[in-house]
Amino acid sequence: MNIQATLVLALGLAAGAAQAATEIVVATVNNGHMITMQKLTRHFEQANPDIKLKWVTLEEGVLRQRVTTDIATKGGQFDVMTIGMYEAPIWSKKGWLNEIRTDAAYDVGDLLPAMRSGLSLNGKLYAAPFYGESSMLMYRKDLADKAGVQVPERPTWAQVADLAKKIHNPAAGVYGICLRGKPGWGDNMAFLSTLVNTHGGQWFDMAWKPQIDSAPWHEAVNLYVNLLKNYGPPGSSANSFNEILALFNAGKCGMWIDATIAASFISDPKQSKVAAQVAFAQAPTATTPKGANWLWAWSLAIPAGTQKTDAAQKFVAWATSKEYVRLVAKEEGWGAVPTGTRQSTYAIPEFQQAARFAAAEKLAIDTANPNDSTLPKSPYVGVQFAAIPEFQAIGIAVGQQMSAALAGKTTVDAALKTSQAAAEREMRKAGYYK
Amino acid sequence: MHKTLTPTPLPLMREKEQAADAGPRSVRLLPRILLAPAVLSLLVWMLVPLVMTIYFSLVRYNLMQPGEREFIGLDNIAYFVSDPDFGPAVAHTLQLLCAVIAITVVGGVALALLVNDPFPGRGIVRVLLISPFFVMPTANALLWKHMMMNPIYGVLAQVWQWFGATPVDWLTDHPLFSVIVMVSWQWLPFACLIFITSLQSLDREQLEAARMDGANALQRFRYLTLPHLGRSIAVVVMIEMIFLLSVFAEIFTTTGGGPGNESTNVAFLIFKQALMNFDVGVASAGALFAVVLANIAAAFLIRLIGKNLDK
Amino acid sequence: MHPRWMLALRTVAAWFFTLLLFFPLGWLALTAFKTELQAIEVPPHWLFTPTLENFVEVQRRSDVLLFAQNSLITSVVSTVLGLMIAAPAAYSMAFFRTRHTRDLLMWMLSTKMMPAVGALVPVYVLAQTAGLLDSLTALIIVFTLSNLPIMVWMLYSSLRDIPGEILEAARMDGATLWTECRHVVMPLALGGLASTGLLCLVLSWNEAFWSLNLSSARSGTLATMIASYSSPEGLFWAKLSAASLVAIAPIVAFGWFSQKQLVQGLTFGAVK
Repeated sequence: MNIQATLVLALGLAAGAAQAATEIVVATVNNGHMITMQKLTRHFEQANPDIKLKWVTLEEGVLRQRVTTDIATKGGQFDVMTIGMYEAPIWSKKGWLNEIRTDAAYDVGDLLPAMRSGLSLNGKLYAAPFYGESSMLMYRKDLADKAGVQVPERPTWAQVADLAKKIHNPAAGVYGICLRGKPGWGDNMAFLSTLVNTHGGQWFDMAWKPQIDSAPWHEAVNLYVNLLKNYGPPGSSANSFNEILALFNAGKCGMWIDATIAASFISDPKQSKVAAQVAFAQAPTATTPKGANWLWAWSLAIPAGTQKTDAAQKFVAWATSKEYVRLVAKEEGWGAVPTGTRQSTYAIPEFQQAARFAAAEKLAIDTANPNDSTLPKSPYVGVQFAAIPEFQAIGIAVGQQMSAALAGKTTVDAALKTSQAAAEREMRKAGYYK
Repeated sequence: MHKTLTPTPLPLMREKEQAADAGPRSVRLLPRILLAPAVLSLLVWMLVPLVMTIYFSLVRYNLMQPGEREFIGLDNIAYFVSDPDFGPAVAHTLQLLCAVIAITVVGGVALALLVNDPFPGRGIVRVLLISPFFVMPTANALLWKHMMMNPIYGVLAQVWQWFGATPVDWLTDHPLFSVIVMVSWQWLPFACLIFITSLQSLDREQLEAARMDGANALQRFRYLTLPHLGRSIAVVVMIEMIFLLSVFAEIFTTTGGGPGNESTNVAFLIFKQALMNFDVGVASAGALFAVVLANIAAAFLIRLIGKNLDK
Repeated sequence: MHPRWMLALRTVAAWFFTLLLFFPLGWLALTAFKTELQAIEVPPHWLFTPTLENFVEVQRRSDVLLFAQNSLITSVVSTVLGLMIAAPAAYSMAFFRTRHTRDLLMWMLSTKMMPAVGALVPVYVLAQTAGLLDSLTALIIVFTLSNLPIMVWMLYSSLRDIPGEILEAARMDGATLWTECRHVVMPLALGGLASTGLLCLVLSWNEAFWSLNLSSARSGTLATMIASYSSPEGLFWAKLSAASLVAIAPIVAFGWFSQKQLVQGLTFGAVK
């Protein structure tokens, strides 16, 4: 009898102990750094035996739709969500996010100022940056040398156009410059927004009227279309990050202006044929250096409706801490650590050695300011987007028109006019003005 | 030599059916009981989301502003149809529908006939033929976009270059056509399988008799095979219509509706409203419009092929 | 007997078109065994040393067993459930036709006319109210009801394919409805039942929209697994090909295996 009772008690205790483990569901993008984070789950679970992690990884666009639907309908499916600099300001203003609690060990002051301010509201941090990026110019030093051109650290667009012409050699399978063309507010419009910014343009003026049919936009888009038509690869209007990455790695692109994270791929000899010949410079400027390079951070946020706030806070703090960076370095090497978030990372000599692009990347991030990225004053926050809910639909509509102009289906003027009309329509419906 | 061939008459069966309408209660009750589970479950499945969608389409409901829910009547549907892309979207939807149905029915019948009679390796061929249907639509789209249609490193580009021509930029220059190709590729096996199965029940003796009477292959096809296939063609057309009207994954993954609006269809417009704008009101209005469009298409198609269903 | 060259011509034509149709899928299968760098090589590699690294990565990164199990459960249960509901309905409509039968068929089809993306929020809110988010039950219900009209249509069609004389003969021999069903209709309708079942199994297996939106941590299917390999930042085609192969391997194997049963000739001559 006693043995039976003991057994039952033991089983009951074991079951109770097992039930005590809190399970949190983390939704994240399927980019390399996040996959690494998923790989290191066991380290977190060992350090926190009462927390179990469950993962949902999806591509960026699908993830955004999924988590927005869930948080807006209070579905409660996720305890930690990966969101970007676009969602963080909007959602925190609506009170949908829990404030990220940090302690002294976390050293929130270590976060890069641009990142911290982009993810905070009224001085409170609402999403912890996991990895951040800006945009910069990546080019083939061997081709530039052969053309006798020395690329300065901060080139102008005139210089870039000139270099593209010199190194464009389709017979040898090299295209002068590769740029994004696939329609999407985070695809071609991310790049085009910075191009417009640096030509002195903006998305909306202080009265929230779209400015798409303005002179800076015309200048910028004409430059873009002409550059790609003359010195770009075929199929540009369907190319996004991955397509150009494949081209660059195969040695087909002379220059590429895109996210700084691309630098880690193209300088990795395991992935890239031209790893040793890559060099970096800041994103080109034209009329103004403001907004010439974008700012983006993938960050971890905790929805306000979750039941497991404590566990979620612990996880978020772990994944964005200094110790995490060292953990990744230990397990995967210094070239694979998440960058663009903490100043301390850039100070580590091993990291600087492993990542040749680190200095250029940090400079780019430091010079990007979402609160002041246009020459004329703007009412919105964001360098390559406007952090208002209506922007996604406007961005994709404009992106489609730009892609059509690039494909030669419509003239640049017509595309800009149509885009302007579409943007006005959305803004009017959203009630910004009658 | 017979000039015309008549199919085997089935008089007795039909009379029995007409009697089902007017018979003793016990006879009429049984068919209703058999139908009940299907009808009831579909009724609930249809009504509940439909009622909710109608409600949402009449109010202002944006996921980003969940609190506000005022009644705005027809404003949502007006906004949806006043989109400059609306007209092209409807046109593209119908173009896609007709093209894919035409390709899959004609191709499906041709292939089914080709593999109907025995030849070496027929088993394997049949297996390979239906395989593309197993691929998931997103994987299908990515496969075509990157591996087949890319103008630099795609397989089609290599083939074109091998023949000395400049590769075609499929997704840029012929976006709707490219989407049609992708979708047809996926649905051709479906049509094939249905036609192959249907051909199995084709009366061989009748075919033999006709051949011996001197009818050539074309006549045998036109007067014996085709009528027999009539019903399965109707089934394929109607089922494909339902799926093709809401093709979305392929467009989203490959062309993003572009360039411009050249490959946008109604489903993509609804997606833009629902998951880009998070405007559930307009998206619901769009969904209702899609239902109306589907009903019109169905009514039209039924008029065309409906009598085949009754045979 | 047909002349030999006709047979040769037919064989060549059949093989040519089949290989043409199958080629993209075969290319996908090849790519799954390449490295990422090889996958984007221009001109494409036909001969290369195959590697299993992509499959290892897929196995390590995704809980393949859980996804496969969920796919299996949702597809099989929804197909069986659907057939159980659809078969009697199709039987009734095929053999007890009324003047409303065609309208009923059209109405059933019309329940599928609303694009899924338009019904997302209503269904999501419904599922959440019922506490069925991230559950296999929700997926089974959605799959069953989505495929029900297709099943009814296809079963109806294959039942109508049965020549009237056979049933007439059975009835004249004094068979009751049940005997007629069991001994005459069932064997003849087996081919149609099997192909309907297979097609709806595939439709459920590949269903990505509702699987993605109604599931999160626990009830994801292989279709959602694929979604996690699609378009990340960086090269992914080899891994996606491998993940796709893993996802479709069970259903393809099943389809190939049951091919013989599916297209077994219904030898009416013998029956007569």
